[in-house]
Amino acid sequence: MTFYERISGQGGKNTPDETLLADVQRHPAVPMRVLIWRRFIRHRLAVVSSIVLLLIVVVAVAADVIAPYDPAFIDPLVFDEAPTPAHPLGTDRIGRDVLSRLIHGGRVSLSVGVVAVSIYMVIGTVLGALAGFYGGRVDTVISRLIDIVLSFPTLMLILVLVSLLGPGLQNIMLVLGLLGWPQVARIVRGEVLRLRTHDFVWAARMIGAPSRRIITHHILPNAMGPMLVAATFGVASAILSESALSFLGLGVQPPTASWGQMLNDAQSLTILESKPWLWIPPGLMILISVLSINFIGDSLRDALDPQLRR
Amino acid sequence: MTKYILRRLLISIPVLFGVTVIAYFIMTLAPGDAVDMLVDPGLSPQDIALKRQALGLDQPVIVQYGRWLGQLVQGNLGYSFYNRRPVTERIGERLGATLTLAFMSLLFSYMVAIPIGVLAAVRQYSVWDYIATVFSFLGVSVPSFFFGLLLIYFFALKLDLFPTGGTHTIGAAFSLSDRLSHLILPVMVLSLQNTGAVMRYTRSSMLDVIHQDYIRAARAKGLRERVVLFRHALRNALIPVITLAGLQFPFLLGGAIITEQIFNWPGMGRLAVEAITQRDYPTIMGINLLAAIMVITGNLLADVLYGVVDPRIRYTEGG
Repeated sequence: MTFYERISGQGGKNTPDETLLADVQRHPAVPMRVLIWRRFIRHRLAVVSSIVLLLIVVVAVAADVIAPYDPAFIDPLVFDEAPTPAHPLGTDRIGRDVLSRLIHGGRVSLSVGVVAVSIYMVIGTVLGALAGFYGGRVDTVISRLIDIVLSFPTLMLILVLVSLLGPGLQNIMLVLGLLGWPQVARIVRGEVLRLRTHDFVWAARMIGAPSRRIITHHILPNAMGPMLVAATFGVASAILSESALSFLGLGVQPPTASWGQMLNDAQSLTILESKPWLWIPPGLMILISVLSINFIGDSLRDALDPQLRR
Repeated sequence: MTKYILRRLLISIPVLFGVTVIAYFIMTLAPGDAVDMLVDPGLSPQDIALKRQALGLDQPVIVQYGRWLGQLVQGNLGYSFYNRRPVTERIGERLGATLTLAFMSLLFSYMVAIPIGVLAAVRQYSVWDYIATVFSFLGVSVPSFFFGLLLIYFFALKLDLFPTGGTHTIGAAFSLSDRLSHLILPVMVLSLQNTGAVMRYTRSSMLDVIHQDYIRAARAKGLRERVVLFRHALRNALIPVITLAGLQFPFLLGGAIITEQIFNWPGMGRLAVEAITQRDYPTIMGINLLAAIMVITGNLLADVLYGVVDPRIRYTEGG
């Protein structure tokens, strides 16, 4: 039945009202989050990734219970050992258990990702929302600032900042957090620009809601989708950045272990060639975590698309 | 078009200015300076003070920055704190190695990614498409240093097919095959991420195009599928893909820091790391400025190229 037939009540046996009713009964209203959930689980890789990532997170959180040894404990009797039943991944050159370091390293690597992204999501959202909502001079200043920060080769700026603050876990989180915001600010600014002329925003304004409330209660909730997707991909790339810095020796410092830092020793060709058990496992862990997060992000992007279809 | 380019160039001047201000102040905020890094402990405090004075480090930051900017306007990037050589010379001798690496990587990733991207689009949802998608995700998810170490481990150490690093065999006479064999592994590492991105881009752009009416028209008039795909579809699908190159160039420079470190490649990335550990302000500033200029030119080039290859896009004075 065509749309015209339906609204004009011609062509079918039913009156328009009855047809609409039948339609509604055939497709009962489904809450948004159920729709999103259905779309998300259709992405098989993302489902597998979520399970894998959940496992990694559980291991990282329970590291103290699961790890066979203290990751910083030095056993002077067994250094540079190939894998044995007592040390399934061997020991490093000063006698620390590699498996325990791998388990604890996950905690460090994942938390760098989450903390850094949380910091820059806040900065990016505030600046992006201000630029988009107020426009004019505020927008010009913030947009130029975004341009400037984006004109640096990021890794270079990170290196300069880290050498300024000194390497270390907290400083890595801080530096990555302070430099990642321009992308988020751009996304939020775009979303706010798109949303601020919608009727519901005019309505909120009309009943006298203050700007702050309009932004936080009316506009931002509607921009959640793209923000969540950006945050997900952001965690993946923050983990990669941390691992690269630690690999260069400018990130997390021993005795604290992170996956990237465990690969630092492999810069020497002899270790690279003769002790693959030292550097292949942490490398694989970075790869698996980042890959899972990226798959989840991809699926979220499809699932949260505002043009939701069933 | 000329007006548009001019306007963009004018906008980039304050942006570049901002970059130098931020870089300079962040850098000088760091505890310790170049003199702490190179002076041996035997020197008396007077000598150290003299040295600091000679480098201008006893002046307030704002004066130092003003001097640096003054020289810059005259086309002088200053002299390295580390070995007193002109910064332009220091960067110049390293630039070639990095540009070679970056251009070869760009070339390599396009040569690999475009055919696979096209295949993935033409046979959408096939095994090929699936493999290409997974591969492109792998490309952006593998830490580049880990990929590099794996390549060295298997191809250089175990199979002994390629050298582990450097640009050429030391002491040997120049030979193209020697240079190329030194290039292969670093190029693969540097292009990995781009290859995935270009592949995704080609696929989605091609998918957009092959559902257009003019493709149906080409098929309807009985053209062979190959002609339709390559002569009609690919030409248009490549427009956004090619412009991507301008945007990717800066990422190559960033990635070069890691790649050069792993493969002992004497380029700007290694120079940057050295300069940072030596607190060599003029060199750091020079590299930062050059990199920022490349980023801005890359962006501008991407936009201009877009207008050149796609006649529907016109840049007006207002936009």
